[in-house]
Amino acid sequence: MNADISKQNGGSKSPFAVEIKNINKSFGSVHANHEISLNVSLGTIHGIIGENGAGKSTLMSILYGFYKPDSGEIKVHGKAAYFKQPLDALKLGIGMVHQHFMLVPNFTALENIVLGAEGKTGLNKGLQNARKKLEELKQAYGLEVELDSVTEDLPVGIQQRIEILKALYRGARVLILDEPTGVLTPQETDQLFEILLALKSEGVTILLITHKLHEVMAITDEVSVMRQGKMVGNTLTKHTTPEMLAEQMVGRSVLVNTKYELQSIGKVVLSVNKLGVVDKRGFDSLKNATFDLHAGEILGVAGIAGNGQSELLSVLSGITLPNAGSFKIEEYLFDAKKNPSPRLMRELGVSHVPEDRQAEGLVLQFQAFESVILGYENNQKLGSGFLTKPDNIQEYCSQLQESFDVRPQNPRLYSSQFSGGNQQKLVLSREISSVPKILLVGQPTRGVDIGAIEFIHETLINMRNSGCAILLVSVELEEILTLSDRILVINSGEIMGIVPRITATKSMLGKMMAGIPFEDAKEDKK
Amino acid sequence: MTDFWFQFLLALDSTLRVATPLIFCAMAGIFSERSGIIDISLEGKMLMAAFVAAAVAYGTGSPWIGAFAAITVSIIASLIHGFACIIHRGNQVISGLAINILASGLTVIIGIALFRQGGQTPTLPKTSRFNSLELPLADVFEKNIPILGVIYKELISGHNILVWAAIISVGITYYILFKTTFGLRLRAVGEKPEAIDSAGISVTKMRFQAIIIAGILCGLAGVYLSTATGAGFVKEMTAGKGYIALAAMIFGKWRPVPALFACLLFGFLEAVAARVQGVEIMLIGEISSDLLIALPYLLTVILLAGFIGGVTPPRAIGQPYIKER
Repeated sequence: MNADISKQNGGSKSPFAVEIKNINKSFGSVHANHEISLNVSLGTIHGIIGENGAGKSTLMSILYGFYKPDSGEIKVHGKAAYFKQPLDALKLGIGMVHQHFMLVPNFTALENIVLGAEGKTGLNKGLQNARKKLEELKQAYGLEVELDSVTEDLPVGIQQRIEILKALYRGARVLILDEPTGVLTPQETDQLFEILLALKSEGVTILLITHKLHEVMAITDEVSVMRQGKMVGNTLTKHTTPEMLAEQMVGRSVLVNTKYELQSIGKVVLSVNKLGVVDKRGFDSLKNATFDLHAGEILGVAGIAGNGQSELLSVLSGITLPNAGSFKIEEYLFDAKKNPSPRLMRELGVSHVPEDRQAEGLVLQFQAFESVILGYENNQKLGSGFLTKPDNIQEYCSQLQESFDVRPQNPRLYSSQFSGGNQQKLVLSREISSVPKILLVGQPTRGVDIGAIEFIHETLINMRNSGCAILLVSVELEEILTLSDRILVINSGEIMGIVPRITATKSMLGKMMAGIPFEDAKEDKK
Repeated sequence: MTDFWFQFLLALDSTLRVATPLIFCAMAGIFSERSGIIDISLEGKMLMAAFVAAAVAYGTGSPWIGAFAAITVSIIASLIHGFACIIHRGNQVISGLAINILASGLTVIIGIALFRQGGQTPTLPKTSRFNSLELPLADVFEKNIPILGVIYKELISGHNILVWAAIISVGITYYILFKTTFGLRLRAVGEKPEAIDSAGISVTKMRFQAIIIAGILCGLAGVYLSTATGAGFVKEMTAGKGYIALAAMIFGKWRPVPALFACLLFGFLEAVAARVQGVEIMLIGEISSDLLIALPYLLTVILLAGFIGGVTPPRAIGQPYIKER
């Protein structure tokens, strides 16, 4: 019986293009992929969704031969495959379109496609042969690319087509696309989807990694959901809804967290009105944001990474300028014309714990006592404006390290020599010791060990209890639910709604994070 | 008038001689820097090669064996550079500087130890050198064909084989860079090494190949200095030519043919500088030869400041390649 099927299907015996069985992969103590199994049917578009850090990219990197799994097996077109490097995957017909393109900017499209696969005929002949083959591919899949134009002059959407052509030219029959629409305009996205459908109709299998639910619904045949390194769902797309997927992505459990008492809210200290930010590509990364922040509350900003949270923080801390709207602190109104600056914001009592502590929070090559006064070096006790007072600063740093339990307690140690948690405590201690009225916090516990997380949470709650207004940005929903008094959910730069913590549930927030407005998400709750 | 014409021809003739090591080094620089490796050690490699060429040619009596040894040593210097900054991702400028310092010290010390002549090698007899080749019929042409005959005799004929090799190396460099698969990959690795890596080609291997070629070319430049135009090695005989070549390469925007013209221009300025010293020129008066010698650097600075069109160096230059995570 089996033999008959294999005869009918010609060469390929398996109905699956890719079979993944019990894959495990750990990075240190992080179990990025836990017993992952996945079957991808031949000639389908298979979506893989999950929050940031759910393990999607790790899984794809394993499939593409970039990482070696700790255990488990992979079959490609029914044959067991062992990848030592991306080239091995390529030989079995697996091609990857990276999120950040692997193209030489000043090469022509043709040169980029051919690079590394020039053939043995010499460059000129190789390019000629490639041109012929590429014209066919272009026709077959509607991949319109001007082969002789210089890559860097082309729009991103076209550059992505070059990447796709590059994979097809090397004979890819399974195409992995990693967050392909992240850099595209809506029109380019539509064009990409047309191309993907054309590829599918020619029998190419496509794996689409994304966290955008409407894309999954629009184009995939089957969808797998990952959460915290595990495969938690696998259905035909037509049998599911965005709501169901959202729930699977963030988990169903309703969290009733009474760990920290709610507090009575004080007066408004920060008032944001229709704030908008336009990024370098001309897209609105923050649109029409309106909300108030009160003294003595933690307003949590929930959302999948890259949905405008970072822009919100950098505008409010005075680093970037708003393009539209305004925000008001005390009597000071800031908008596109009246520019804030980080220094002025500090003087107004706004402290900022940046999302990336290593790039923005610390100078890694500085000793702890130097890092701990960054931005506050004008403090009279620490320097006289021109000269610093190293003894005072070291003494000051020791005090901070003691009260914030930074280990090892040594002001002379380089910032890079502290662990992630202790680096974070250093930054936090610096920003909190100025006794801010408003504290902007980005990802306070990313990559921080459990003990330090506890300490950081306690610190934030204490700040709140003493009347500080805190804006907390975190991609950890758990953290938002634990700490916030109110939760603001953001998607594609737009605020989906603001929910008091007592009435919030994980599934409701998950839907809002996926772009479903508060009203609709609420009805479903019950 | 005929005297001026003749002087001009002689200046062009010596331009070629002066430009030869510049051309070799500029091509070496193009190979190295197009692959993403800054190469300020052109000077040092050339100096080492000059010393080894003279010393070995003196010992063996054969300029060819000398040349072979010189190229080998220059390649070894390249490999040291590569070991430091490709394998161990060291700073490319510092590594190059180290090679230059090493070369200027080592050549003198070994020179004194071997020959006891204050760091020089003994003067090479004619048989141990690359000599000028008179092209056939040069004298006949000069007498019978006006103008062209003189040009043939004074400018084209009478150079040694390395001058021709330098000119040819420009064509070869152009061909390799733009017409071969190797060249395509070489240019890619200096612009976006990730692209090369994801295509399954080793970035490390590409870069080593590039700097080995650079080593060969620097070696030839050194050989030319001590066993073709010179008759032996003299302490610090490269006298900054490696840096001028680097300037010419930048002036030529990392492209072989424009770099050749930059080398010729810089060579011409130097050749003229030697001739105009103390000579009154009509309407202008006496030109300072120092000014002429400084011109290449001035021009390069002006170019780099963006006055003569934009200059984009290879994008990945100076950055060690680190695979993500």
